[in-house]
Amino acid sequence: MPVSAANSQIVFDALKSCGVRIISALPETWLVHLIRLADDDPEVTLVRLAKEEEGVGISIGAHLAGVKSAMLMQNHGFLAAINGIVSGAQLYRVPLLMLISDRGTFGEHDPWQTEGGAVTESVLAALHIPIMRLDDPARVGHRIRQALTLAYSSNKPVAVLLTRDLMWEEA
Amino acid sequence: MTRLDALSAIYARLYDSAVVTIMGAVAAELQSIGHRPNFFYLQHAMGLASSVGLGIALSKPSVPVVVLDGDGSLLMNLGGLSTLARYRPKNLLHVVFDNESLLSVGGFPTATGTCTKLAEVAAAAGVPRTACAISLDEFVKEFASAQSAAELTTLVAKVDAVGPAALVTDLGLLENRFQFQRYLQSR
Repeated sequence: MPVSAANSQIVFDALKSCGVRIISALPETWLVHLIRLADDDPEVTLVRLAKEEEGVGISIGAHLAGVKSAMLMQNHGFLAAINGIVSGAQLYRVPLLMLISDRGTFGEHDPWQTEGGAVTESVLAALHIPIMRLDDPARVGHRIRQALTLAYSSNKPVAVLLTRDLMWEEA
Repeated sequence: MTRLDALSAIYARLYDSAVVTIMGAVAAELQSIGHRPNFFYLQHAMGLASSVGLGIALSKPSVPVVVLDGDGSLLMNLGGLSTLARYRPKNLLHVVFDNESLLSVGGFPTATGTCTKLAEVAAAAGVPRTACAISLDEFVKEFASAQSAAELTTLVAKVDAVGPAALVTDLGLLENRFQFQRYLQSR
């Protein structure tokens, strides 16, 4: 499976160096290494979810209790979590760091991913959620830190899109 | 049993806990007894009160957390029960007021009135302690025993489908949120 282990490690290291200690996740192909890294790290609590919207609640609780968290999900998981984002995190002004694998865009082989890929950025824009794209491994650490800084200064959700160029090594 | 009677009966037992409630009638009734800085009312995001409670419980293992959920809300996030059970924080007490109705939005009947038994759903999801209380005495006894058990508990309380006349109170959502965050910082 050509998911980039090296770039997954870079993303995980960036989250840890920003102080993220709770990571909620639902598996998807591009996230397998990231989830394993979170599971193997004794300083990080991985919360495996049944549905992505739960992760919004967990991040709200963690924030109110003073712990930095991040959410790992596919863009379809983001679409499934929207009411929690709007009427939980946005209504109550809670920072959310959402790392969203950007499936269904250029280069996508799976037909079932393509509708979600076509709407993800416009839905994020409609919700006024700032978007940061991660494509260059050299800038991952810097950009994740910037995303978390904005989430905290604005007390609002931010979206970090994990792109195909970063996560997938074509054979 | 009315939910207001149930809340009044356990009110003094909530002083030392971080309390997360669902929207509407539960929030308004708890406030009518008396708001405290350790109470957070999740007035929307239906279904997520138990997930917020899990986030707090995992982040602050030394702080007892009480979630005051409802049947309609829990039915929206049944998968969350499996997540609670998987991480089973010892400091989380999950109370479900089951009035078999979506009372705050017009009283439509939920499936708990005809077939679904939430305490059994919780047990089957893997929650280690579950109970279903019909009478007020039973509820108070089960609540007290859950607090001393130091094990994740889902306690369902069958309550009458009655609620307050008004749901909006004079406590601002953000005022409540920041006050509650400061309370947790002090713990």
